[in-house]
Amino acid sequence: MIPALLRIDRRSEEYAGTFTLHLSADDGGALPEFMPGQFNMLYAFGTGEVAISMSGSPTGDKGYVHTVRVHGLATQALGRLREGEQIGVRGPFGQGWPLDQVEDRDLLIIAGGLGLAPLRPLIYSLLNGNWKARRVRIFYGARRPEERLYREELPRWSEVFELRQSVDHADTAWPGHIGVITGPLQMAEVDIQSAMAFICGPEIMMRFCIQALRSKGVAESNIYLSMERNMKCAIGHCGHCQWGPNFICKDGPVFCYRDIQSWFQIRAL
Amino acid sequence: MKGMAQLLREHPFFSGLDEDYLELLAGCGENRIYNTGDYIARENDPADHFFVIRDGQVAVESYLPNYGALCLQTLHKGDIFGWSWLFPPYLWTFDARAMNEVHVICLNGKCLREKCKTDPKMGYELMQRFARIITDRLHATRMQLMDVYSPQPPPLERSR
Amino acid sequence: MQESVLQAEDLDLLIQAIRGEGYQLLGPVLRDHAIVYDKVESAADLPRGWTDEQEKGTYRVKRRDDDAYFGYAAGPHSWKKFLQLPRRPVWRAQKGNHGVAITEIVEEAPAMAFLGVRSCELHAIATQDRVFVDDKYRNDSYANRRAKLFMVAVNCTSAAATCFCTSMNTGPEITLPSDLAMTEVIDGEAHYFLIKSGSSRGERVLQQLPVKPAIKDQVQRARNAVERTAQQMARGPRSFDSSDLKALLYRNYESPSWDQVADRCLSCANCTMACPTCFCSTVEDTTDLSGDHAERWERWDSCFTGDFTYISGGSVRADTRSRYRQWMTHKLATWHDQFGRSGCVGCGRCIAWCPVGIDLTEEVARIRELDKS
Repeated sequence: MIPALLRIDRRSEEYAGTFTLHLSADDGGALPEFMPGQFNMLYAFGTGEVAISMSGSPTGDKGYVHTVRVHGLATQALGRLREGEQIGVRGPFGQGWPLDQVEDRDLLIIAGGLGLAPLRPLIYSLLNGNWKARRVRIFYGARRPEERLYREELPRWSEVFELRQSVDHADTAWPGHIGVITGPLQMAEVDIQSAMAFICGPEIMMRFCIQALRSKGVAESNIYLSMERNMKCAIGHCGHCQWGPNFICKDGPVFCYRDIQSWFQIRAL
Repeated sequence: MKGMAQLLREHPFFSGLDEDYLELLAGCGENRIYNTGDYIARENDPADHFFVIRDGQVAVESYLPNYGALCLQTLHKGDIFGWSWLFPPYLWTFDARAMNEVHVICLNGKCLREKCKTDPKMGYELMQRFARIITDRLHATRMQLMDVYSPQPPPLERSR
Repeated sequence: MQESVLQAEDLDLLIQAIRGEGYQLLGPVLRDHAIVYDKVESAADLPRGWTDEQEKGTYRVKRRDDDAYFGYAAGPHSWKKFLQLPRRPVWRAQKGNHGVAITEIVEEAPAMAFLGVRSCELHAIATQDRVFVDDKYRNDSYANRRAKLFMVAVNCTSAAATCFCTSMNTGPEITLPSDLAMTEVIDGEAHYFLIKSGSSRGERVLQQLPVKPAIKDQVQRARNAVERTAQQMARGPRSFDSSDLKALLYRNYESPSWDQVADRCLSCANCTMACPTCFCSTVEDTTDLSGDHAERWERWDSCFTGDFTYISGGSVRADTRSRYRQWMTHKLATWHDQFGRSGCVGCGRCIAWCPVGIDLTEEVARIRELDKS
């Protein structure tokens, strides 16, 4: 399976070391559709591939949007790409968020740091009315105010949904919450019967959020999370992303907590 | 105008507390309003009070000479703060500053200590609630310490 | 299907008939003091009269006291290397004036014939088929090679000490389909192959051979030889009940036995390389000096390597304990959930080729023992 070559239409810096690429087909043609929560493999010429979740709208425009944090060689190479240049893309892969189950639910979207990226397509789907939940709350935790993703879009989201943001550190110019995201989550009144939580963030943060949700009485079957492991092939062949019996690439990255909770507790799995 | 006991009853910290206790505690409380920027507590000042936030946002801060006020955490409606009145020397260890108009119930520490002493059962009940909040704060502090959103693991010793 | 008898001196006719059908014939050859799988051009290439002695961390070829062609057990190689290539180019990318072009490297799959596929190996190939052919995504390189494959299966009439196929229900008797299936019988002066075809391709080859219908006694002798092998393993120390392995290992992720085995395991990855079902791979991306030409190669990888589970910040399985646990638990337990079968076929290669003599069956026994206490 070889990558399709897409064009970088726009590149924007989210904050130092983290950038967003807007991609489209060279001929402007349609790209394969995707479900919020799925990911692509992005190929930097000669350097390697990395699994990066979809973070653009799953409908409407024909392009893909990916937010990447520079870490290893491949992401460094991706970071050097400029508008107009080409990028290799394989995908979309994996299982996404169960949007078909959000109707009439009290939906808690919980994002930590870069974890907002895989949740943004879902937020778009709710914004444009393709999927409707009874109530939508977005909890977004980040390191600092300036290390939040999609800062220009957040005000719009807060008009439509209830947006609770919390940062670990900020100076006096930041008027919002300072503290960890589990704080606002614990404070939130939740209708246990209809509550459904979608979580994406660092694994520790997800563990603590699950603890908070469980202590509020949210059922395991109503908690979904997006997992990260080393993905090389994205199609269940290379074996790298195995996590117990699960292949993160094809059985995930989005899992229902009920199905994986026993694996979640095992260290160095 | 709601009575003090009713105001306490509506706050999550006191939810489910015995009516008798609420009436007893209400005797120690008074309503206060702080404006944006007001210090509610200042490091090293006498810690005479315990605050129950009814509305607004409070910054828990420490002052750094070469930086200014460093905010460690914000507290909001439904939160409480201040336990320095519990132990000698009854001095605040951090600053607390109103980030907007803040409505609090201010409970007198000395009054509370005496009531807890005369009614240890209520004292225990109250201390349990404090312990719970302090545990939550400690948990949150540890989480912050781990710097989970950083691309690098935290600069803590690896234990394994 | 009626079974036939092919005299041992006519074995070369079988080899030539298969080659005559256009297949590249691969089979056992003696090389570097081991019986390995390589090109076979005539019966003379086969390790006639050779066998192997195997134990934990031990493999030695030695002379048999007869002239058996297939009197050996699983060696260092498995057929895996011909189906899932140890290293293969995946794509080529070229930067030009009009941008980047990526070209998939599609190999014209060779028509291969495997001579001497053991029952455990048929199971191993079926196990890899499940991963690379029958799942949602196909590995075309594997699938195309596999589709053309002609297999001559050979029943085991002797087992190495490391063999435990009876425990994994994968042998020694051939039960899975093959193009031709044979049993080698040496009894006094008699030396023949009981042979039958399992496909039209196999039948076409069989019809070119000077075979005679087998008589009852010839069939019985062959059956007895396989039965003896089964009994030999069933009586051996590596015979165990594997029916509860998944449940056993699922409840023993924190068994102290993992620490014990980690003290010995070198994380060398030998077991995964020798294993006929281990399918993990990685890719290498490179460019030439001009920077305009890039290639991607796929190669075998192992869950014992340090960067196998690397995600930003470090490896998820940072120590040998977690890597050995992953390997063994995957093989014997999670594989069931993933692919509806065990990942172990009981060939014993991981036992013989472990440089420190770690024995999977002993590790299972230890976990079971600690599980009881």
